[in-house]
Amino acid sequence: MTGFLLRRTLNYIVLLLLASFLTFSLASLTFNPLDSLEQRNPRPPQSVIDAKAEQLHLDEPIPQRYLSWLGGVVQGDFGTTLAGQPVSEELGRRVAVSLRLLILGSVIGTVLGVLIGAASAIRQYKFSDYFATVVSLLIISTPIFLLATLLKYGALQINTATGTQVFLYTGETSATQVVGLWDQFVDRAQHLVLPTLALVLGAAAGYSRYQRNAMLDVLQSDFIRTARAKGLSRNRALYKHGLRTALIPMATLFAYSLGGLITGATFVEKIFGWHGVGEWFVDGINAQDLYIVVTVATFAGLVVLVSGLLSDIVLALLDPRVRVS
Amino acid sequence: MTETELIAVGAPEAAAAGRRKLVWRRFLRNKPAVVGAVILLLLLIASFALPPLLPWDYQEMDYKALLKPPSPEHPFGTTQIGQDVLAQTMRGLQKSLVIGFCVAIFSSVIASTAGAVAGLLGGWTDRAIMWLVDLLLVVPAFIIIAIFAPRTKGSGSIVILIILLSVFGWMIAARIIRGLTMSLRDREFVRAARYMGAPTHKVIISHIIPNIASILIIDTTLAVGAAISAETGLSFLGFGVQPPDVSLGSLIATGTKSALTYPWLFLFAGGLLVTIVLCANLVGDGLRDAFDPGARGARKARKDVAEKKDEAQVELKKAEKR
Amino acid sequence: MTASTSTAPLLEVTDLRVSFPGEEGRVDAVRGVNYTVADGEVLAIVGESGSGKSVSSLAVIGLLPEQARVQGSIRLRGRELLGLGDKQMSKLRGSAISMVFQDPLSALTPVYRVGDQVAEALLAHGTMQRKEAAERAIELLELVGIPDARVRARAFPHEFSGGMRQRVVIAMAIANDPALIICDEPTTALDVTVQRQILDLLRKARDITGAGVIMITHDMGIAATIADRVAVMYAGKVVETAPVAELFTAPRMPYTVGLLGSIPRMDGPPRRPLIPIVGAPPAMHDLPRGCSFAPRCPVSIDDCTAAEPPLEKVAPRHSVACIRTAEIGTTQLFDAYRQEIAEPPQQDVTESDVVLRVTDLVKTFPLTSGVVLRRKTGEVRAVDGISFTVRAGRTLALVGESGSGKSTTLSQIMDLVRPQSGSIEVLGNDVATLTKARTREIRRKMQIVFQDPSASLDPRLPIFDALAEPLRIDGRSREEVNRRVPELLRQVGLRPEHADRYPADFSGGQKQRISIARALALDPSLLVLDEPVSSLDVSIQAGVLNLLRDLQAERGLSYLFVSHDLSVVRNLAHDIAVMLRGKIVESGPAEQIFADPRHEYTRSLIAAVPEPVVSG
Repeated sequence: MTGFLLRRTLNYIVLLLLASFLTFSLASLTFNPLDSLEQRNPRPPQSVIDAKAEQLHLDEPIPQRYLSWLGGVVQGDFGTTLAGQPVSEELGRRVAVSLRLLILGSVIGTVLGVLIGAASAIRQYKFSDYFATVVSLLIISTPIFLLATLLKYGALQINTATGTQVFLYTGETSATQVVGLWDQFVDRAQHLVLPTLALVLGAAAGYSRYQRNAMLDVLQSDFIRTARAKGLSRNRALYKHGLRTALIPMATLFAYSLGGLITGATFVEKIFGWHGVGEWFVDGINAQDLYIVVTVATFAGLVVLVSGLLSDIVLALLDPRVRVS
Repeated sequence: MTETELIAVGAPEAAAAGRRKLVWRRFLRNKPAVVGAVILLLLLIASFALPPLLPWDYQEMDYKALLKPPSPEHPFGTTQIGQDVLAQTMRGLQKSLVIGFCVAIFSSVIASTAGAVAGLLGGWTDRAIMWLVDLLLVVPAFIIIAIFAPRTKGSGSIVILIILLSVFGWMIAARIIRGLTMSLRDREFVRAARYMGAPTHKVIISHIIPNIASILIIDTTLAVGAAISAETGLSFLGFGVQPPDVSLGSLIATGTKSALTYPWLFLFAGGLLVTIVLCANLVGDGLRDAFDPGARGARKARKDVAEKKDEAQVELKKAEKR
Repeated sequence: MTASTSTAPLLEVTDLRVSFPGEEGRVDAVRGVNYTVADGEVLAIVGESGSGKSVSSLAVIGLLPEQARVQGSIRLRGRELLGLGDKQMSKLRGSAISMVFQDPLSALTPVYRVGDQVAEALLAHGTMQRKEAAERAIELLELVGIPDARVRARAFPHEFSGGMRQRVVIAMAIANDPALIICDEPTTALDVTVQRQILDLLRKARDITGAGVIMITHDMGIAATIADRVAVMYAGKVVETAPVAELFTAPRMPYTVGLLGSIPRMDGPPRRPLIPIVGAPPAMHDLPRGCSFAPRCPVSIDDCTAAEPPLEKVAPRHSVACIRTAEIGTTQLFDAYRQEIAEPPQQDVTESDVVLRVTDLVKTFPLTSGVVLRRKTGEVRAVDGISFTVRAGRTLALVGESGSGKSTTLSQIMDLVRPQSGSIEVLGNDVATLTKARTREIRRKMQIVFQDPSASLDPRLPIFDALAEPLRIDGRSREEVNRRVPELLRQVGLRPEHADRYPADFSGGQKQRISIARALALDPSLLVLDEPVSSLDVSIQAGVLNLLRDLQAERGLSYLFVSHDLSVVRNLAHDIAVMLRGKIVESGPAEQIFADPRHEYTRSLIAAVPEPVVSG
């Protein structure tokens, strides 16, 4: 058992290393970190540029640079940004911000999606199902940044109509200082409402469709019929036996889509001005900052792998047929 | 099939072309899907046929009309530098549709080849291909594309985008096709063909492909919507289609900044985008229902678990042997 | 349950009609069915696929799909059930009426424990508290024969075998002392020895609860062993009802007679040609005018197509739906069928060449535990050292239940590669020494017919191409292919003009004939058959068995076939090998094995087969 687990973890590590190496090489090849320096007017003396180049190890071959970066990573040092800040600190900060942004929205969105999807399947062909399907399809077809922009627009209208700032939608907290624990909490909440709403809508729409299909499959099953034959009412049988069983395929989906969460976060961060991981890496690419990009890439890869493992675990939890004896 | 299903579905399908006609008829009964298909077709034609008929080219600048709302002269308004938004939107629509369809087709070809070969041959080939799939899933596609695309300018960026999106878009479909092929492999008619002595490639061509064709078609259609969404997202962040060329995504991106004050800059592009993705989804769903009204079609999560369930059942059967 | 003092019968079904939406408009699945069930009585409803037997009982318990339209009357002790809402029906389900379904493997919810699911049946009717219900659930599990019930109640359904799961379902069905138990083919998916146990259990359940039982089955043998009265259904109507003894000794409906005549029997001479019923059960959306059985009936006359015959009494408790029943008696009906086929001369080849020799064959599968983290926890010896021979012109049957290893043996032979251990010799060639060219030649001589005719024909290929495939793979010319395919179709009794149709256009029996034709394409000497008739309707089985027998006589074919159905084996096999858990426990000539089974397992197998004979 441990042998197998070790092999699987080893495989994951190899994949992760390969992926980060690939990103590292590509970024190194295409980025020119000296750009910002060279573009300055007047152009700094060559010695300054050369010094910077040496500082960034630009003369060394790529594999060597990668290995030295890797060496640092093992000790917790993810390199330094072009501006000279240690990447690891910034990473921690940014991840925390992204988490604060995402957690509430995705959890609520998922739960809502599951419930709506299940209810839709049970009420198949009725108006509520039809309505939910149309709305979900519409939301899914709208890119999340468009959705977010529309929400901002709506918030603006409400704010002007009521004359107060009910919705605050720039940044995580207000620019001006807010004192008092309660006021700080309210301030954060006000800033959180819109992005959370955007995430909830997107997640709920997506999950509800998958859940609906999973439910529809399960509803045809024989064991639902057995439950009804025992005397459970139709709805009780469908919810108690059907939903619980239909959650199983959803577990796989949920775990695998953790990866897509980061990408989705990027847009929300950009629109609402939160300084999370997504915004960081977009800025990093634009600034051609190698270590930021590679670190985020590795982080993203790690998330994908962890979510893969998580999906296996969740599957085992939900499906007794799959548990290791 | 339960007796009730047997009785209700029992009508034997008409011969030969009959089955294709049956699928066609079922599709036509699905009104939203038909509407979606028609709209998609119309938009596709319009995006190519309209621009030559318009008075303004998408790059031309009308200095007399800067940032003007919609008017008879410029039905969709103008941008800050006087470009006709209608012409731009049409061009953007064209590019987005081209990207969507190309990516969908290329990734489907890759997915079906990889999936069918892995599923049928098994063993090392299967392991190697699946390992490649895992690798591509871990590699951050977004980041790679983001790094590359801005290096190219104009139409070149579109080609790069198509290639990269295809390379990173086939993995999940390949998994599904592999699963399907594996279950087909054990179906009696494939076994019968193998016992007759048919060579592998013949088995794939005459037995496997026709039976997964429906899934392929459905997946390709849905992939169009997914590809367009992906390209839009990339363009929004500046990593997609590069100027001077435009796509719906890049138009929305530039327009979003002034969305609250000059809505026409992004509204039309946004509306069209939602429309084509919605239509692609409707058509895909409609096709799925038309091919297999009983089943719900293959979905990623379901397939993964279906595979696991199948394997678990095999385990049970072996356990029952004890 | 105390004896009912009400005069109303337990269940009274009058003029029941059920229709479904189909591809081409509504389809009538049940077209005016009448029957009654009394307390403590077992009514067997017998019919083939499409007869409407399952649908009518689903209507009684109210579990038809939403799109179904139901008309008529269903009265439980005088209370009308049709038109009751889900809430009211739910109160009756599981307490007054309960049901046991066909497929035990999918009948239980996979994510809840077995004990909880049984307790749910009790809790759903509010009769007791949680703890009490849990205790009673364990008692019920013991009652139905689950060993170690207290521990097993905490297990999940996938940890039980099919037979055990069916016992659990029965436990749920009797939990609340129902007045009526409906069993829909409860044993079809089970092994024959398990089947016998379940039937005994059902009888016991009836004795304990005093309930009336409706037993739906296609197996006349089951009807004969367990029923008090029998109703025969065909094309959505009841065509004959009678007390069980009368039905089997003096059936009056031509369909019933045809059924009885076409079943392979354990009594009577072995390998005797059966008397099939011509044609196939009608498609429900396209019924013939008048009597729906008329196209297949040997005694039909013009008047039969005028109108559907009503169910009429011919004896105090015996009703028949046939306009000619007054003039034609039982013996005449049997004779009418016998005239339809000619008895070919029986010629049994005795000493002949060995076509297939298997020696000490072994095949093991690695067991991996869990799907999440795969690891090898041991192995299964699916085939554990077996040896047998098949001789030219003779049939060897491999008999066994699920898990015996018989299907694995077949695939080992068909693979034509060196076995894991032991040797396989086909037509004198050791499989281990085959070259590619030789393998091709052998493949020509050895072909396979699978169990499920729907799965063995590619649904996307017209049958011309399906039949042509082996010829084309062998490199035959186009003219030859065009010549051979119609020939093959004729040989199996099908019309060559239909060669451009798709498999979906044919009935199960016809598809199986096509599979046989495909197997014959290259003129093989050995045919391997995996449960060739198990998926077919009873009345169709006979035709296919006769065909196989005729082909063997004409062309000197050898058959290696696998079956779990001993009556079929008796009808076809010259030699038998009985397999149990990967080993052959007894083998020899068929007559010897049937007359004097030595091994205990063989004896239990033979004893477990329900005979369509009513004694006394």
